[in-house]
Amino acid sequence: MAILTKEQAKALLTKVLSYSKAEQCEVNLSGSDGGNIRYARSSVSTSGGISTNSLVVNSAFGKKSGVATINEFDDASLEKVVRRAEELAQLAPENPEFMPFLGPQEYGPESPTFSEATAAMGPKERADAVQASLNQAKENKLNAAGFLSNSAGFSAMMNSNGLFAYNKSTDVAFNITIRTEDGKGSGYATKGYNDYTKLNTKADTAIAAKKALASVTAKAIEPGKYTVILEPTAVAVMLENLFFDLDARQADEGRSSMSKPGGKTKVGEQLLDERVNIYSDPWNPELPTSNWNGDGRPQQKVNWIEKGVVKNLYTSRYWAEKTGIKSLPSPDGAIMVGGTKTLEELIKGTEKGILVTRLWYIRPVDPQTLLLTGLTRDGTFYIENGEIKFPVKNFRFNESPIIMLNNLDEMGRSERTVSAESNTNYLLPPLKIRDFTFTSLSDAV
Amino acid sequence: MTGVGIGASMVHLPLFGKEISVEDALTPVDVQLKKRMADVALNAARSKGATYADVRIGRYLNQVIATRESQVQNIANSESYGMGVRVIANGSWGFAATNNLDNDSIAKAAEMAVAIAKGNAKLLVEPVQLAPQKGFGEVSWKTPLEINAFSVPITDKVNMLLNANNEAVKGGAKYVNSNLFMVNEQKYFASTDGSYIDQDIHRIWPTFTVTRIDPAGGKFETRNALSAPMGMGYEYLTPKASEKIKGGPVTMYKKRYDLLEDIREATTHVAEKLKAKPVLPGKYDLVLDPTHLFLTIHESVGHPTELDRVLGYEANYAGTSFLTLDKWESKKFNFGSKVVNVIADKTESGSLGAVGYDDEGVKCGNWDIIRDGILVNYQTIRDQAHILGLKASQACCYADSWESIQFQRMPNVSLAPGESVLSAADLVKNVEKGIYMFGRNSYSIDQQRYNFQFSAQLAYEIKEGKIVGMLKDASYQANTQEFWNSCTQLCDKNDYRLGGTFADGKGQPGQVSAVSHGSPTTRFNGVNVINTGRKLG
Repeated sequence: MAILTKEQAKALLTKVLSYSKAEQCEVNLSGSDGGNIRYARSSVSTSGGISTNSLVVNSAFGKKSGVATINEFDDASLEKVVRRAEELAQLAPENPEFMPFLGPQEYGPESPTFSEATAAMGPKERADAVQASLNQAKENKLNAAGFLSNSAGFSAMMNSNGLFAYNKSTDVAFNITIRTEDGKGSGYATKGYNDYTKLNTKADTAIAAKKALASVTAKAIEPGKYTVILEPTAVAVMLENLFFDLDARQADEGRSSMSKPGGKTKVGEQLLDERVNIYSDPWNPELPTSNWNGDGRPQQKVNWIEKGVVKNLYTSRYWAEKTGIKSLPSPDGAIMVGGTKTLEELIKGTEKGILVTRLWYIRPVDPQTLLLTGLTRDGTFYIENGEIKFPVKNFRFNESPIIMLNNLDEMGRSERTVSAESNTNYLLPPLKIRDFTFTSLSDAV
Repeated sequence: MTGVGIGASMVHLPLFGKEISVEDALTPVDVQLKKRMADVALNAARSKGATYADVRIGRYLNQVIATRESQVQNIANSESYGMGVRVIANGSWGFAATNNLDNDSIAKAAEMAVAIAKGNAKLLVEPVQLAPQKGFGEVSWKTPLEINAFSVPITDKVNMLLNANNEAVKGGAKYVNSNLFMVNEQKYFASTDGSYIDQDIHRIWPTFTVTRIDPAGGKFETRNALSAPMGMGYEYLTPKASEKIKGGPVTMYKKRYDLLEDIREATTHVAEKLKAKPVLPGKYDLVLDPTHLFLTIHESVGHPTELDRVLGYEANYAGTSFLTLDKWESKKFNFGSKVVNVIADKTESGSLGAVGYDDEGVKCGNWDIIRDGILVNYQTIRDQAHILGLKASQACCYADSWESIQFQRMPNVSLAPGESVLSAADLVKNVEKGIYMFGRNSYSIDQQRYNFQFSAQLAYEIKEGKIVGMLKDASYQANTQEFWNSCTQLCDKNDYRLGGTFADGKGQPGQVSAVSHGSPTTRFNGVNVINTGRKLG
C-alpha cells in the first residue's frame, strides 16, 4: 500500500478519526517505495529495496497528549493504535506548551514535487544508471565508489478540527567518488532531483573523474587567510548551519548566533553583505517542496535574509503565540539568489585564490559566532591570474558562515545542489569569499 | 564518524518502530518460535540455491524520556520487529527483509535475497570468501544486568530527571535539558553453519546540557553531562562512592554515575566558563581525561583501523584510511610511542560493544591493534579475514536493525592503562605548561584520518604542576601519527574508564552503532592549541 492517492489517504484517515474518543485527535500518514545500490572498488557492494508505511496518531485531552505509531492497517490495528494514543495521553503529565490542533488551512496550489519517471524507477533503471557510471570509470582506469537511491512517497494528515493535507513527492540522489589507482587523486560529484530524467550518472562520474585526475600531485601551501571560490556543494555545508540557526526560540532565549546582548534578536539587523538574499519557496520549479509542514501549517514563500538583513525566524506554534511573532515553520529547502557568472568566469576574474570543490566533516566549534571547522576534500586547486595552476593539499578551516557572508566578493549562478552532510537539497551559487581562514594542512587524499 | 552528521549526529532511537507498552517490552518472543521462523528462511534460501544463508530476527526496543527545566517534553516507548535474510548465491551477497513473519512472507524474503544475489553476481569481480565458522548449536547470551531499565517505573525516571533539572535551576542555570535513553536489542541469529544464537542486549545513556546566559554581554555557555553511555542496566544510575574519583577539578565516574552530583558541578562550571580566560594559542602538554579522550581514540584509532575503510568500501562516504595494508605488512609502522597499546574488545563488561556473538554468528573476543606503538592488526568480518591471512573473523559484524544489511562496524577500541602506578593528580604535577581537558565537544577529522581538531567541555590551564584556572576557546589540532607519538604517560588501571557513543554513523544508507572506548587519563606533549574565539560585526 506504499503510495496512496489523495482520495485513498482521505478515506483511511477518516476511518482512523472515527475511532477517536479523545477531545482532539490528529493523524499523520506516510508511505514510500524506493531502492538503492551502493558500489565500491568498481563493483556493486550492496543493494536493496525499501517499502514503508507509517501511521501516527496524536490524541489529546486538555493539555495532555499521547502519540502512538503503527505500520499495520487492518481495522483492528487502526482502532488499537487510537486507543493506545488515548491511553498514553491519559497517563502523560500536562504539557504547558501543548497547542490545540489547527483547523482547516489554505495551502495554495499543489507543488510539483512528484515525478512519474522517478516513481517508475526500478532495479533495472538503477542498475543501468550505475553501469553507466562504472563504465565511465573503467574506461579511464579509475576506481569508482558511489551510491544511487530513489524513492516515491506521500504524506497526509487529518485532524478532528477539520484539517486535511496531502502531498506526494519523489526523490533521486546520486553521489560518486572517483579515485586514481595510485590513490593520489580524488574527485566527487553529487546530484539530487525530484525528476530522475534530469540525472546523468555518466556525466556526473566524468566530473568526479576530471577532478580526481586534476588533483594528483597536490602541492602543500601554507595555511592562512585566502580568497576562495567555493563550489555550490561546499557552499551548502557552510550555509545550512546558518539556516539551522534561524530558530526564533533559541534566539529569544539568548543561545544562538541570532541572539544579541540585552535579550534581543538580530531580526531587522544588517547581519550579512547587502547582496545576500536567502528565501524559501515551495513552488520554485527547480526546488519544489511540500506546501505544508508536518504540524499542518502552510509553507509559503518566505524571505529569511533580504539585502543582508535578517527578516524572519522560524518558530513552533507555541513560541509564536507566546511571543506574538509570525508563525512560520522551518522550510524544507533554501534558495540563495546568485549572480550571472559561471564558475569558470569567477575563476577567470581571480588574481590569486583557492578553488574549493567540497568541504567535509563540518562541526560547530562556537555556537555564538557560528564558527565551524571542517576540511577541504576531493579536489582543491590554486588559482593565479584567472587560471587553475595546480592542485593543493587539503586544508582544515575554522570559519563562520556569518563572517564568510560579510567577506563576500562575488557570486555565480545559483544551481541545485545537495549537502553531503544533511542530504538536503538547495539552490545555491558558487561564492567567491575574501579572507577565508585555513588553519592547518591535511595529508588526506 | 560519530554522532550527527555525517550525516553522523543523529540519535534516531525513538523515531522508528511502533509504540509499545512497558509490559509488552518485558515479554520476549519465544525462542523456539524464533528457531522455527529462522529454519523457514534458511530452508527457503537453500532450496533456491544459496550456498550460505543467515537470518537475523530482531526486536529492538527503545525508551526515551526528554525533559527541559520543569517540563517533560517527550516519553516514547517504541518497538521495531522483523527479520533480515542474507545469502550467498553464485558467489555474491543478497539481502532482503520483512516485518511480516508468517511462513509465506519469510520464505518470500529468503527467495528475494537469493534472486538479488544472483542478479548482483553478474557484476561480480571475485566471489565472496567467507572465513570458516563452526556452528554453535542453540546458545544464548545476555548483558550482565542488575536492574532492567525497562522494568523501572517511568515516573521514577521522570522524577530523577526533573530533580536533576531542579538542582541546575536552583544553582543559577537559565536552561537545562536532560534525557534518558534506554535500548534493548533482542536478537536471534541463525545460519546454515548450524548456529541458533539468542541474545538480549541492554544499553543506557543519561545525559544533560546546562546553559547559563550573560544577557548583558550577550554570551552563553553550556556544559554537558560527563556520564558515559554504557552496556548496562539501570544500576548505572545508582551512585557508589567506590566508583568515583575525587580530588581533581571534576568528579569522575567509573561504572556508577551520580547524576545529581554531576549536574550540580556542571552548574558551577558553566558559571566559571562565562568568566574563563581565552587560551593563548601555542604548544601545550595536554592531559586528557577519558570523558574526552574516548572520542579522539574513536576518530583517530578506531576508524582508520576498520579494514573496510582501508580497502576502499567507504570511499564515497566516510572515507578511506591512512593505515594502508603496506604499513601493517611492514610490522614496523610507528603509529604511536612505545607506551601506546590499543586493544579491540567485544567482551569488556559494561561496554557498549559487548556481545556474545556478532551479527554473523562469530564468537566475540579481543585482540591487539597497536602493540608497543606498532600497527599490528585491523578490525575484520568473515568476508575480509582472508585478506589479512586470518583463519577466523574478529566478530566485527553488526547491523542497526533487522532491515539493515550487517557490515563491518567498530568493536570497543581502547587504550590500555600504564603499568606503573600513577593517578591523574600525580600526572598533572609533572606538567609545566599544559591544559587538562574533560568531556567531548567539537570534533572533526579528515577522510583518511590524518588531521583532526577537538575541543572539550572543560579546559583547565596547568602551570608548573598546578591547575590555575579555566580556559575558553581552546581546540587542539594534530596529525594522528604525530599525536600518538607524543603520548608520554598513562595513568594506571585504577583510573581506567569507558566513554562511548550511541550513534557512530557509517554506510549508505546510513546506519548507527554504539561503541565504547576505554582509557586512563593520558598525557600528550607539545600539541598545537588554537584559539577559536571570534567576534561578529
